[in-house]
Amino acid sequence: MNWPHWIVLPVVLPLVAGALLLLVERSRPGVAARLSLVATSAHLVLAIALAVQAADGSVRAYLLGNWSAPFGIALALDRLSALLLVLTGVIALAAVVYAVAGEANSRVDRLGPHFHTLFQFQLMGLSGAFLTADLFNLFVFFEVLLIASYGLLLHAGGAARLRAAIHYVSFNLAGSALFLIAVSALYGITGTLNMADLAERVAQLPAERAALARSAGLLLLVVFCVKAALLPLYFWLPATYSAASAPVAALFAIMTKVGVYSVARMYTLVFGAEGGPAANLASPWLPVLGLGTIALAAVGVLAARSLRGMIGYLVIASAGTLLLALGLGSRETVAAALFYLVNSSLVVAVLYLLADRIGAQRGGHGDVLAPGPFGDERAALGAAYFVAAIAVCGLPPLAGFLGKSLLLAAARQTDYGAWVWAIVLGSSLAIVIALVRAGSRIFWKPFEPAAPAVAAGTSSVQALALGGLFAALLLNTAAAGPLARFTGAAAQQLFERRPYIDAVLGARPVPPALPIREIVGGKPAKERP
Amino acid sequence: MTVELLLAIGVGVLTASGVWLLLRARVFDVIVGLTLLSYAVNLFIFLTGRVRVGSPPIVDGRLAPTLADYADPLPQALVLTAIVISFAMTALILVIALRASAETGSDHVDGAEPAGARTGEREQ
Repeated sequence: MNWPHWIVLPVVLPLVAGALLLLVERSRPGVAARLSLVATSAHLVLAIALAVQAADGSVRAYLLGNWSAPFGIALALDRLSALLLVLTGVIALAAVVYAVAGEANSRVDRLGPHFHTLFQFQLMGLSGAFLTADLFNLFVFFEVLLIASYGLLLHAGGAARLRAAIHYVSFNLAGSALFLIAVSALYGITGTLNMADLAERVAQLPAERAALARSAGLLLLVVFCVKAALLPLYFWLPATYSAASAPVAALFAIMTKVGVYSVARMYTLVFGAEGGPAANLASPWLPVLGLGTIALAAVGVLAARSLRGMIGYLVIASAGTLLLALGLGSRETVAAALFYLVNSSLVVAVLYLLADRIGAQRGGHGDVLAPGPFGDERAALGAAYFVAAIAVCGLPPLAGFLGKSLLLAAARQTDYGAWVWAIVLGSSLAIVIALVRAGSRIFWKPFEPAAPAVAAGTSSVQALALGGLFAALLLNTAAAGPLARFTGAAAQQLFERRPYIDAVLGARPVPPALPIREIVGGKPAKERP
Repeated sequence: MTVELLLAIGVGVLTASGVWLLLRARVFDVIVGLTLLSYAVNLFIFLTGRVRVGSPPIVDGRLAPTLADYADPLPQALVLTAIVISFAMTALILVIALRASAETGSDHVDGAEPAGARTGEREQ
């Protein structure tokens, strides 16, 4: 385990797998599906191994290309990164298993070219974004995951997907332009892109440059909120996510969390309490916008006409809750946010896969929230929907309840305490009502003929993918104590920024495995001091 | 100073035109807007290395290796990355736009003319 290159593997593995898949996907689709499954499983195993390493509380830095920080690009692994890597691995594995399931002519990965390649590149972008300790590198990984997501969204084609893609792509391109402006303005002021170095230099900025640093920091907040879908910037999400195919939508559940992760990282490390002239930059904005997002998402959940549209607003509600908790800015609220993040990502992935199964069982009626015929899996899918609905609205006994109650308990000491209680509980009630109404319309009111003409059954592999996600949800509930301790420690680590800065800036280049002259094959290399 | 002012005005005009086009309802206008916006961003990144004349970005040993003699090479590397990404993205969104207009028969950003909209806006 002392091998120094573990940290870069979650990025390199999907990259190599994606490149290999490009070669075999056309000629040998069966091999491609297996390769993708193996690579995604290996990614999950790696993520778990890294989480075990990170659980001891140390921050591990890795210097790409052996350039010492802050001159080269550094990766850093701490508890927060490891937690998100594992979550990504679990959801990605379920999504790829679901995508290869079913009959050969209806398998999601066979509906268009290059599904697995794009999937692996998306995985690479996600892992890189969670690991990087360099702001421009974060931009590059954002682009990698976005480009892959454009392809995945358009997978299998159709006018609805193209319409959604136009909005989604142009919105994100405008977001990328803002990201670049913010990053280069920060570079122009501080002369560095390394997050740890940035944290030190922003804290020591002279007063005449503080305004520029604050505007760049707020521009970054806008960009991250585009990805995370906060109040004025979420209108792209419901249409985009409901247009995507089910496994892609399930994977996209973790994509909004990239924005949440970036906010958690940047607004504690660089623009946090010790940020000097740019301290606590996000705290006037995030709680108010988060509360507004939750309230409007509850209205959207009530007004949605299809199951997938409703899930889209549930994603927005959970993003609002997470950003609210991050914006409240105490250790307890951040710990609660990280705990809630695990549950909300898993349950949204479950719901997207379930909505696909429900749509297939109802023949032409799809997932529209109206009474209609239903195939012979009504009891099983109804029970699964019931469990997922309990998890998503935050009712006991599942972990969603624990996440929300941790947040409510932690929010009591903050200035927004009463507002948080009123809006979070009120929106939860609205979500419960909407979920009950949707469930009773779909499962309890079938009209004759009871069975639709074409009802595609759930194959055993699809059931395996769903069962795996349900197992993860139940594990999340059963292991709530250890997980809460882990997220508490992760929040603690976020607020103590000194070890992170020291680990990244103090990382030493790895000595070469062979003497340099043997690699070059010529004269001995010059001795370096 | 005048060069800086001119370049700053250039960035501002490009950004303003880009944002204006971005807010229009035609896919083509939106794409041109995004292109202008990316030009503005590229220029802006380049300018964060400060405007210098006659200073090379790579240390070649002829001048003393101080910042007074050399330009900052990093913004130039960043702008190269940004150009490549924005070029690829423009190509991608063009393909999506072509497919969308072929499938929906409309170049409106929503894929269809809004009901009761004023037609003939684009007809000369």
